[in-house]
Amino acid sequence: MSAPLNIGVLALQGAFREHARVLRALGAEVVEVRVPSQLDGLDGLVLPGGESTTIVRLAELYRLDEAICGFAGPILGTCAGMIVLDREHLGLADLSVDRNAYGRQVRSFEADVDLAGEAEPLRGVFIRAPRIRALGDGVSVLGELDGEPVLVRDGRLLLASFHPELTDDTRVHERFLEMVRAQAHEGEASLPPTNGKEEIRVGA
Amino acid sequence: MSQHERGTLRVKTGLAEMLKGGVIMDVIDADQARIAEEAGACAVMALERVPADIRQEGGVARMADPLKIKEIQEAVSVPVMAKCRIGHFAEAQILEALEVDYIDESEVLTPADVEHHVDKWGFTVPFVCGATNLGEALRRISEGAAMIRTKGEAGTGDIVNAVTHMRAVFGAIRALGSLRVDELHAAAKEHRAPYELVRWVAENGRLPVVTFTAGGIATPADAALCMQLGADGVFVGSGIFKSGRDAVLDRDGWIEDVSRRARAIVEATTHFDDPKVLADVSTGLGQPMVGISAASIPEAERLEARGW
Repeated sequence: MSAPLNIGVLALQGAFREHARVLRALGAEVVEVRVPSQLDGLDGLVLPGGESTTIVRLAELYRLDEAICGFAGPILGTCAGMIVLDREHLGLADLSVDRNAYGRQVRSFEADVDLAGEAEPLRGVFIRAPRIRALGDGVSVLGELDGEPVLVRDGRLLLASFHPELTDDTRVHERFLEMVRAQAHEGEASLPPTNGKEEIRVGA
Repeated sequence: MSQHERGTLRVKTGLAEMLKGGVIMDVIDADQARIAEEAGACAVMALERVPADIRQEGGVARMADPLKIKEIQEAVSVPVMAKCRIGHFAEAQILEALEVDYIDESEVLTPADVEHHVDKWGFTVPFVCGATNLGEALRRISEGAAMIRTKGEAGTGDIVNAVTHMRAVFGAIRALGSLRVDELHAAAKEHRAPYELVRWVAENGRLPVVTFTAGGIATPADAALCMQLGADGVFVGSGIFKSGRDAVLDRDGWIEDVSRRARAIVEATTHFDDPKVLADVSTGLGQPMVGISAASIPEAERLEARGW
């Protein structure tokens, strides 16, 4: 059996405990991240929903913004977490986002999101949600609402404008953990073999 | 076009989930709202007067002028909350029409009804309500509140009642967890709360909605104390904008002081269990809110006793 994946959840402000709950239920080890040193040894990172202005300010204060830019593993960003990663903020994700684009809280809603390649839709909770306005060429759309992208993948980044941590449907988190597992596995494969000649022959 | 369902319980409680670990600050105008947002407030509460002034000036305290609320909504992008009087559903309807993000049915304003709170299920906008104990919190939730704040004693700068109320709520939750299922019926009667909610709390060890603390928070240490006692976040009323140098005689000095205190309370709320950070952010904050001891307030003037 492989060791459990170590996933960090940025815990400056917002729905970090809900993400931690889902990830633990899926078998991951979860670390709450409030300072850069807590990123050490993590296989993946989650940037939760919350207030993006608050999260960005607290991240800058403790140089977590730089640390997140230096983090090489897969990242899941939901709602405010997606905003933090966009072109206008950390610039890791090749997309532009409008904040609070559906309006104030009375216009917040839940709706069925169509997932690419899956028959069963995913219930999406959209809280003062952002809207993706422009996508780079390398970004693939994994989920749509009314024909607009709401769940996308940009390389090692998985981004949702809704809150998969607020429902019992764990498919988004499962997909993220698959990405983390794949990258962790790739990392091991690229290390020089240490287990003797047999291993080398298998690899060749 | 897929069906967009608005105002569901999950959508209402969902915004409160996003506010967790944050500080909600009382503001009375656009300038204060901008200072609060800049300092990292996760939401602001739009008010006509902060509790300390309501206490001092007396008179009937009502919902803020919509003009003031709109001015604050235009000034910031974080959620804007506003208060209505207990039981005043017409004020609540007006606040919903203004599209405030949360309504606080608050004991800080003068109650409009001595028997009934607002039936919050009838609204799309979510409500937060105050509570001094578990039964009161559950009664508000059964009326549709999507978030609870322990009351404390607003406008005092004295944390003692906030601590009392948090210990009452969280202690009672722990106590419920030790009961047998057949003992929960009597417990529900004792708490004067619906059995289903009492049973849910006993099984899950927490309230079914996000629970903040309010009333008397004036320093970063106060915020950290509340967080360590189990609060999901804090409301700061008079504690920020009633601190610092004189706002009229030295406006720039006052802005500097309140901004620094606001930032410090935000940091303390995030890093509540890191005493080194707390020591750091507590250093050199200037004059805190002078405040009044909650124990010195005559029974009849205590805001915590409003609501039931």
